[in-house]
Amino acid sequence: MDLRTLTTLSGVSGNEYEVRSAIIEQLQSMGISYECDVMGNVIAKKGSRGPKVLLDAHMDEVGLVITHIEKNGFLRFARVGGIDPRVLVSKRVLVGKEKLPGVIGAKAIHLQERDERSRVIPIDQLFIDIGAESLEQAKSKVQPGDYVAFDTEYEELAPGIIKAKALDDRVGCALLFEVLKQDWQDIQLYAVFAVQEEIGLRGAKVAAFAVEPDMGIALEGTVCADIPGTDKEFQATRLGKGAAISIMDRGSIPNRAMLDQLVKIAENEAIPYQFREATSGGNDAGAIQQAKAGCPVASVSVPCRCIHTPCSIMSMSDFDAARKLVIKFLESVEGGFRP
Amino acid sequence: MDLREFLKKASLAHGVSGFEFMDIASLAKDAMEGLVDEIHVDVLGNVIGVKHGQGPQPRPKIMLAGHMDEIGLIVTKIEEGGFLRFAPVGGVDQRVLPAHEVIVYGKRPLTAVIGVKPPHLTSPEEAKNAHKMKDLFIDTGLPEEEVRNLVRVGDVVTFKRQVSELMGDRLSGKALDDRAGVAVILACLDELRKYKVDADVYAVATSQEEVSLGGAVVSAYGIQPDIGIAIDVCHGETPGVPEWRTSSVGKGPALAQGANIHPKVFAALEKAAKETGVNVQKEIAPAATGTDAWAMQVTRAGVATGLVSIPLRYMHTSVETLSMSDIEGAGRLLARFIASCDAGFVKELKTWI
Amino acid sequence: MKDLIKRLTEAFGPSGSEGPVREVIRKEVEPYVDEIRVDAMGNLICLKKGSGGGKKVILDAHMDEIGVIVTHIDDNGFLRFANIGGVSPMVALGQRVYFENGTFGVIGCEKLDDIKDLRLEKLYMDIGATSREEASKKVKVGDMAAFFQPAIDMGNRIVAKAMDDRIGCVVVIEALKRIKQSEHDIYAVFATQEEVGLRGARVAAYGINPDVGIAFDVTGTGDTPKAHTMEVSLGKGAAIKVKDSSLICHPGLRDYLVKLAEEKGIPYQMEVLQRGGTDSGAIQLTRAGVPAGVISIPSRYIHSPCEMVDLGDVEACVNLCVAACESPLDF
Repeated sequence: MDLRTLTTLSGVSGNEYEVRSAIIEQLQSMGISYECDVMGNVIAKKGSRGPKVLLDAHMDEVGLVITHIEKNGFLRFARVGGIDPRVLVSKRVLVGKEKLPGVIGAKAIHLQERDERSRVIPIDQLFIDIGAESLEQAKSKVQPGDYVAFDTEYEELAPGIIKAKALDDRVGCALLFEVLKQDWQDIQLYAVFAVQEEIGLRGAKVAAFAVEPDMGIALEGTVCADIPGTDKEFQATRLGKGAAISIMDRGSIPNRAMLDQLVKIAENEAIPYQFREATSGGNDAGAIQQAKAGCPVASVSVPCRCIHTPCSIMSMSDFDAARKLVIKFLESVEGGFRP
Repeated sequence: MDLREFLKKASLAHGVSGFEFMDIASLAKDAMEGLVDEIHVDVLGNVIGVKHGQGPQPRPKIMLAGHMDEIGLIVTKIEEGGFLRFAPVGGVDQRVLPAHEVIVYGKRPLTAVIGVKPPHLTSPEEAKNAHKMKDLFIDTGLPEEEVRNLVRVGDVVTFKRQVSELMGDRLSGKALDDRAGVAVILACLDELRKYKVDADVYAVATSQEEVSLGGAVVSAYGIQPDIGIAIDVCHGETPGVPEWRTSSVGKGPALAQGANIHPKVFAALEKAAKETGVNVQKEIAPAATGTDAWAMQVTRAGVATGLVSIPLRYMHTSVETLSMSDIEGAGRLLARFIASCDAGFVKELKTWI
Repeated sequence: MKDLIKRLTEAFGPSGSEGPVREVIRKEVEPYVDEIRVDAMGNLICLKKGSGGGKKVILDAHMDEIGVIVTHIDDNGFLRFANIGGVSPMVALGQRVYFENGTFGVIGCEKLDDIKDLRLEKLYMDIGATSREEASKKVKVGDMAAFFQPAIDMGNRIVAKAMDDRIGCVVVIEALKRIKQSEHDIYAVFATQEEVGLRGARVAAYGINPDVGIAFDVTGTGDTPKAHTMEVSLGKGAAIKVKDSSLICHPGLRDYLVKLAEEKGIPYQMEVLQRGGTDSGAIQLTRAGVPAGVISIPSRYIHSPCEMVDLGDVEACVNLCVAACESPLDF
């Protein structure tokens, strides 16, 4: 399933319907068996013998939820997941199931006091304008509790360089499909399209409990700060420099044998790779590792600039590297590698 | 079932997180007697009442969780002179503490006061800032030797506060967060007598919500429910707080909506409210609800959760204020909801398209 | 016991790299236990079978220590790093550290105009390399380092790095050696990754599914100049925990330990720790819940390379542990 399709879908944490439906449709067309659990995770399975390998990518994205409708039809909202409020002003959004277009406005610069310009606009002073003229008119289209996703077009900015919203973690979902295209004989592959990663790794936690894997890998879109003003030592990853392998984050320390195996494969197969040179943030690997009596985990990511904003940027060459690396790793598990 | 009397007693009962067994647990247990078929208390002190359903096996399992613990204080050190230093258990606002009466649960309960420096001796500079908890102390009025004999590091302390019966049906007191939830569960169990129910109902007065949601974590694991409903409190309207962050006291319970809530459980609760004529409000929870529902949802391979909240003002003070009608309404709608749950509904919870 | 403390505290084992510690402990306990296994998270789980009819008891102490992890190697061969667990920049500055392969480093700081600007991101590590290539031969991004400090014997008090929580390991090992008769199946869990979130104990406890869990870990003291308000003092005995930020201990088990200490004349003190947690927090919430408690070893200067304990306290903890294992634990 291609990234253009995946990143056009809305799927704020807790409201993954659209993404899930598309994924299920794709799985059905590929003839792959799957199950949904009570939280809304989609767990696809391929292969019936060998170690259980859980590959995880999360379907959800950061976004907003409507909390209140003002008398004059403006919509108040709260953030779902980690969004810097400074990126919200002057953006286009899609509200609710019907994807009603809206904009996040702000007081015009002309109307501001001088010192306001240097202050962050607090989230409770922001609002969405859907063009409604009154509370009644707004209410006929929107209810508190409706989710709001960023409205961003998927575009190729330069050859192989993609701009889209929700690359974290539709890029992981796309990788999962790449892996599912292949036939797997000597592993039991559990491809988990997880919900609610952005609000605390919640989908992966229950999926891993159900699967009880022998090892787990999280496939992610990850932080990338190879940008002006950030010193090399704090860039975490670099665009176009290959698949990013995690060394440690807030949620987990990868299993050393798996990490070494990933590096070995990358070097032997000449797959571009880089270490994720940061320990902040966390991903589903943390939840997978802690399920039941525990399992070894690792994370392979695609660097995404401007992550958790309405428009992030990634490189298809990193995607290809991650794809190759994960497939070769799984082949090595088929060949007998054990952590 | 006199809910008002129960809640007044429950407000006075003590049960700081982790120490529910000292008082509130037995009150909750006694109140459940007669309303359920069996009662047991688990390792973390959760009081679990089971009311068997009449549906064919396997019957739906529904867990109701209202936490019985309250925030409080714990003694960390006995100072020279017999003054007690303390730390919070749960989210205690240090600004409510100065000159508050408390009860120290030593070898016997000791009434005491949280002391402060008199204004005459306080400089205008000092008065600008709130008292810091680490600088406050508890004064039992007893000689040091007696204090050392009666009190030990690790003893817990609660607010001393009588219940106020305000105008109309409003009550004010300590620990209504979340003894109100326990009252809702009792009201629901009472109401359930009117229905033919398929499901097994697990009524749980949970422990340790205020510190770790620990009671819900382990009781939900043990019960392994299909559906888990937390009954907790939400913020009632308060001057100075935007209306969209609060619900109205007396206008019915609030149903939470968001990632922590299974959409089909929400819809069924809303339907039950309509059918019982209970007015409900909506509470939007972008992510963590900070309630037992948050823990229950990710138990084992996942639990379909809902959250019913009683609007309450001045949360985590000793004058938490609510309306009895919201509690009664919540009990009625929950009973209706439970009666509507059958095996087919449980199956549907895993169907997402 | 002093020799064991020295060997264990000087072993290398930041969270996630506990291998060397695990091997020291494995050799030490082998003669005293019936089964040994290592689980998926690297926990060393040693079973000492009981005479029957007893409970499944976890005695937990964590093997890991705080440390740093290399995040970047620059063109001139300097290393940047992030913390593993609670490493304060104030403590890290000027320290010597070492890697599992024997490489040494020292921690330096960028020029600061104000000491208030001191943060971990301002620190770097110098391993004596002159270029990225030279540094990369010795160290990779993702490698971990620990403080380098030999243990100091001060007589009745010992100072070392990683006393948190090798001293807990020592207590459990000593108890395994001294337990004469127990009806309980004792699972000594030498846990991994406590410092990064009680991760080892959580899965170990799930796997074992115990009836009782007791963790042995260090706790702070309030007996140093202008210390936090805390009753615990060094040298006043085993600390029986009531509460910390990870759990409220099972009241029945807590009181049982107090009674046991009083009966056996073991010096003890009650403990409420305001900041910090330990493995029992994870053990307590395992499956449908486990009665969990903590016997703490009072320690000064926790999370520095100079963690100090009192041998009398250590002895008291061992005695209380042995007494608990030899008792019916029928609280």
